Amino acid sequence: MVSIIGYYTTQFGELWEKSLSDLIEESITGVLRNTRLEVGQIDAIFFANMLAGVLENNLHTPSKIAEIVGVNIPVFRVEAACASGGVAFHLGKNYIEANSGKTILVVGAEKMTDHSPEETTSALSSAASGEEQEAGLTFPGLYALIANYYLSKYHNKEEAMAYVSYKNHFHGSLNDKAQFKRKISIEQILQSPYIAYPIKVLDSSPISDGASALVLSSNPSTIKKIKKSVAVLSSEVSTDTISLNKRKRLDEILATKLASDKAFSRARLKRSDIDIAELHDCFTIAELLAMEDIGFWKKGEAGNRINELETMYGNNGELVVNTSGGLKAAGHPVGATGIKQIGEIFLQLTEQAKNRQVKNTKFGLAHNVGGSGGTAVITILGV
Amino acid sequence: MVGIVSYGFYVPQYRIKVEEIAGVWGKEPIHVLSSLGIEEKAVAAIDEDSLTMAFESVSMALSSVKLKKDDIRAIFFGSETPPYVVNPASTILAEFLGIDHHYLASDTQFACKAATGAIITAASLVSSQFTSNALVIASDKANAKPHDPLEYTASSGSVSLLLGNKNIMLEIVAMSSFSSDTPDFWRREGIRYPSHGGRFTGKPSYFYHIQNSASDLLKKQHLKPSDFAYGIFHMPNGRFPREISTTLGFTKKQIEPSLVVRSLGNSYTASALMGLVSVLEVAKPNDLIFFASYGSGAGSDAFIFKVTQNIKDKRQEFRKKIENKTYIDYQNYLKFMRNL
Repeated sequence: MVSIIGYYTTQFGELWEKSLSDLIEESITGVLRNTRLEVGQIDAIFFANMLAGVLENNLHTPSKIAEIVGVNIPVFRVEAACASGGVAFHLGKNYIEANSGKTILVVGAEKMTDHSPEETTSALSSAASGEEQEAGLTFPGLYALIANYYLSKYHNKEEAMAYVSYKNHFHGSLNDKAQFKRKISIEQILQSPYIAYPIKVLDSSPISDGASALVLSSNPSTIKKIKKSVAVLSSEVSTDTISLNKRKRLDEILATKLASDKAFSRARLKRSDIDIAELHDCFTIAELLAMEDIGFWKKGEAGNRINELETMYGNNGELVVNTSGGLKAAGHPVGATGIKQIGEIFLQLTEQAKNRQVKNTKFGLAHNVGGSGGTAVITILGV
Repeated sequence: MVGIVSYGFYVPQYRIKVEEIAGVWGKEPIHVLSSLGIEEKAVAAIDEDSLTMAFESVSMALSSVKLKKDDIRAIFFGSETPPYVVNPASTILAEFLGIDHHYLASDTQFACKAATGAIITAASLVSSQFTSNALVIASDKANAKPHDPLEYTASSGSVSLLLGNKNIMLEIVAMSSFSSDTPDFWRREGIRYPSHGGRFTGKPSYFYHIQNSASDLLKKQHLKPSDFAYGIFHMPNGRFPREISTTLGFTKKQIEPSLVVRSLGNSYTASALMGLVSVLEVAKPNDLIFFASYGSGAGSDAFIFKVTQNIKDKRQEFRKKIENKTYIDYQNYLKFMRNL
């Protein structure tokens, strides 16, 4: 059994004074300090990053990490767009399962704010279908197509999406590492400018810098020394067509459904067993789809159920979603996001989530999506 | 005692409303207004540039004083939009003003604080008796790439100051400067429009540098914000000067008279000085004025001024003059700015 034995995340936000290397170094130093491990006890590092090659002409990061940390161990870079973190975690878990007794780091980092929004948006578009890029579709545009279809099909108003943002900003206000710690009202969200109808500025996750790191181990003596650890019950990856126009349905993310089914089957859990979840809310419509595609809610229900805010912290719901603030409020440094999601579940299950701690959590789920659903990763943890 | 002997300003007649620009780009004017705090901006005509506006403002500054031709031995022209990259505008101005040729001429550049840095130099040249009077001119016909957020704010205008050690109306009590290599806004050789770092122009740039120059000056002079009648801060938009003044401890009442950016926009080197011009229309003798400029790249010059009795003879009518305006549409704006 692979366990997560430590987590650290940097502040997420516009960290102008920090480079990608600075962020990586802070996250690794932080997680080693939290776990009281020496660098020499780490057997491999999995590093998630999407944009350094495009934005900074910065590749061969494994060697750079070896230099930063001062190691000669295997270091692997993983790229799967916004699912880079989740996929890196998946590969790291598999690495340990194939190399019993090892202890590894899974690190995700992204440096996005040194570049103009146009440059960053263009770089992010590299994760979309070439044909759809040529048609002028950016990610807000792709998710706007999905949102238009969903809202129309299930007779929902834009207000349904606004409730996701309202809830996640409230959660962000409880997370000192979140990029946005400000609560916002439904009215503010609905009055914010459209960026791709019906998606508005306050329906969208921001451009962010940040890095997050986890320590995974199956070494019994290492795990025993750590008081707080969680078990990785499953980590499953599914893929789907990169092009939206090749999908059979626009009101679901098929990769999420497939990964969820596999993950729950492997973890031998029911949907109702999950107490806490971090879902990939790059745009608010994505959280509504995820609630249905994972199977927490039935297809077509989300637009009405979200208004009741049963997944908001403090409302005594059976499932609380995105206590970190989600991508929307905590920020979305692409490579770090999937690691932060799992890290947030780790904090909740080990009762280290401070003022946003959900009581009596046993099982948690993280959902990480690449592009507009070309890759999906579901990770289920338990204590 | 060194200070400002007289001053002049020039605001072109033309204005464009924020809603006119917002309409072209499909933006809600209310969002622009609430985020930038600007309703309209001044636009120089197609036959005006930083040099012609400078001549207008310096002519006003010299209209209220009687000087001999050789009294002015230093002239500084600060601008982000000089008419030539190579060829000084300061000498052209001096020639048109009929200043004796035994003078130091210098065109200065440091984004929006090109002229306030020159005030420090000019004051020092007067103190050292290099010259009895010095001219400092700030002038810009600020342009922005169409659809860039700067398009709502970049405006036109000029302010001129005559410095000297006799008959001064505004004593320079103390001055301070704070600089660092902070590339928040730039325009490279041969590039038509400036680039900027978005929100990077805020906290690590504008706010950090003004905070340091202002705090340093207040501390050295053992003064606090409440000792001043007015506070004036560079106005890249309507929000930044309000925020920095609050952070430093100035009240709304102290800075409100300087906030001309709402109706005139950001005339770059002339922006903060236009705030000074606005304040001087209402300031009384013995009033202390706190002033801090900001220039991208980056730096801030802070000054403490004290109004003297001579203000009564040198005061310029400002608010009424800038009400003489003609609104233009976006097509004419593009034409006037030679963006077509």
